[in-house]
Amino acid sequence: MEALTHHALLLSLALFAVGVAGVFLRRNVITVLMCVELMLNAVNLAFVAFSRSLGTLDGQVLVFFVLTVAAAEAAVGLAIVIALHRNRDTLDVDAFSLLKG
Amino acid sequence: MIDAVLFYAFAALALGSALVVVGQRNPLYSAFALIVTLVSLSAIFALLGSPFIAVLQLVVYAGAIMVLFLFVLMLLNVKPEGDPPAGKGVLRTAAFLLVAVLVAEVGTVLWRATARVPPVFDASPRRVAHLLFSPQYVYVFEATSILILAALVGAVALARKET
Amino acid sequence: MTPLMEELLIAVVKVLVIFSVLLTLFSLMTYAERRLLAFMQFRLGPNRTGPYGILQPVADGIKLFFKEEVVPEGANRWIFVAAPGVALVTAFLAIAVVPYGGPVTVFGREVSLQIADPDVGVLFIFAVSSLGVYGIVMAGWAANNKYALIGGLRSAAQMFSYELSLGLSWVGVILLAGSFRLPDIVEAQAGGFWRWNWIQQIVAFLVYTVAATAEVNRTPFDLPEAETELVAGFHTEYSSMRFALLQMAEYVNMITVAALGTNLFLGGWLAPFTSLQSLGGIDLGLLWFAAKMLSVLFFFIWLRGTLPRFRYDQLMQFGWKVLVPVAVLNILVTAAVVVLLAGSEPEAEPVAPTEVGLRSPVLLAGPAGALG
Repeated sequence: MEALTHHALLLSLALFAVGVAGVFLRRNVITVLMCVELMLNAVNLAFVAFSRSLGTLDGQVLVFFVLTVAAAEAAVGLAIVIALHRNRDTLDVDAFSLLKG
Repeated sequence: MIDAVLFYAFAALALGSALVVVGQRNPLYSAFALIVTLVSLSAIFALLGSPFIAVLQLVVYAGAIMVLFLFVLMLLNVKPEGDPPAGKGVLRTAAFLLVAVLVAEVGTVLWRATARVPPVFDASPRRVAHLLFSPQYVYVFEATSILILAALVGAVALARKET
Repeated sequence: MTPLMEELLIAVVKVLVIFSVLLTLFSLMTYAERRLLAFMQFRLGPNRTGPYGILQPVADGIKLFFKEEVVPEGANRWIFVAAPGVALVTAFLAIAVVPYGGPVTVFGREVSLQIADPDVGVLFIFAVSSLGVYGIVMAGWAANNKYALIGGLRSAAQMFSYELSLGLSWVGVILLAGSFRLPDIVEAQAGGFWRWNWIQQIVAFLVYTVAATAEVNRTPFDLPEAETELVAGFHTEYSSMRFALLQMAEYVNMITVAALGTNLFLGGWLAPFTSLQSLGGIDLGLLWFAAKMLSVLFFFIWLRGTLPRFRYDQLMQFGWKVLVPVAVLNILVTAAVVVLLAGSEPEAEPVAPTEVGLRSPVLLAGPAGALG
């Protein structure tokens, strides 16, 4: 692949890996949500890079949809976080273990 | 040539702030770092010849979603995380291991990708809209608007105070 | 010199010119606002420093420069210092894509009076104004002061609520012009003042006026920074140069909104009668643009001297329950009319594909606007 696209894909992989690590390591629910957004952005970058490399615009349209779905998911996710905070007064992921084993 | 310089600058910025998002203990600083990541990604989109998506990224992600995050963080007055409790060391090493496996797998595929020169590429809003409203994607487009309506109603219902 | 260097040089010159014009306009606006408000309130305003008080902005500048910079205890130092910078950078980035006149020939080169002309024109301004919210949020939160925080959050909520109707009001104009680029939108209004968008899109024009006033936090929507309500809102804890920078950001936002309104709705640099466009061979476009923009700015000052401010809940209700539906209705009607009038000609496949990558003016706009 031409250098720009190739390096964009490598950057996308790096960002995705950082996002995955964040979801494992962070203990605040909102930060975990932010790492999920990071992963979604990495995927967007991959879509755009491939769209450019293949010369079709399907990648762009898919990014458009990912953007919309990410917005909807962030809104609902944050509403859930607010409801959780109201109930337990903490945002630590370990505190929400009622369904555990 | 200046293409490459700008790309590496923004890529470094994006990666650096992504590391800050994950490494920083105060969620508010993570949010600000994520905004920086999103803006540099938008610049990279523009460099990759997709001005429409670049602008949309700024409007939707950096301009709306992150404002939502910041509002929730400020209104809930979130405190920085404390030290992880004992016994979390296993999870940390497992996390790093799994991430390393992921990077190795995808990295080997990407690294050996063959050279390919992109044809001349026009991703102006008009052409993207042409594809978006074509029979191939127009139903998905309408479905996303219903999705957003559902998310809107759901978010209001979940976050409302019980009165 | 290579074409790239030529382009960079032209961009740098444009940035310097526009930057200096903006600074001058900013100081003149502070003076004009105080004088005009005073006249409207049956008093005189500043008239001691220099003839007719014209040196008042200079005196203000000197005072602000020498005042002590205070960073409140417990305030988050980095973000406190960065917030005015963020507000100013976004304000200047938006100005970077506003055109001031038609193409001009300088030294044999055709130069457009616009720092950058991206294909996505108006959308870029929308994106940058969405980012403008952060300067205010950061300023409000970093000061470690409950008045500042409430003021900042209120202002941010107000800004992004009215941003929606602001953007929607532009869609009708974009539909009529068939392009996102600002020069195209202005050219589509050619032919005399009855062809300007303020008549053809009157609903959008009214929505734009209201939304733009709310967007820049001007009276009657200036509750977040009202002195009588919240001490001084989000800039309570700022003093001296940082305060001056925040004020500059607000005024530059106001100028951007005025310039944008002039381009989108009042015909930009076009004369009200086509015969008045050039006088003796000299194109008067810039003069017409300046006249229109200054009248819009006068209108903002006039509004401030006339109307009381909205209560915050009235403001939010109005933005969401009235402006957004009206703007959406306007889009529906405009789109229906455009489709019906265009008939059923199949749309031609769009023209020459552009060159990939950097020469895209969006990228020159970024550094150029940030330097500005």
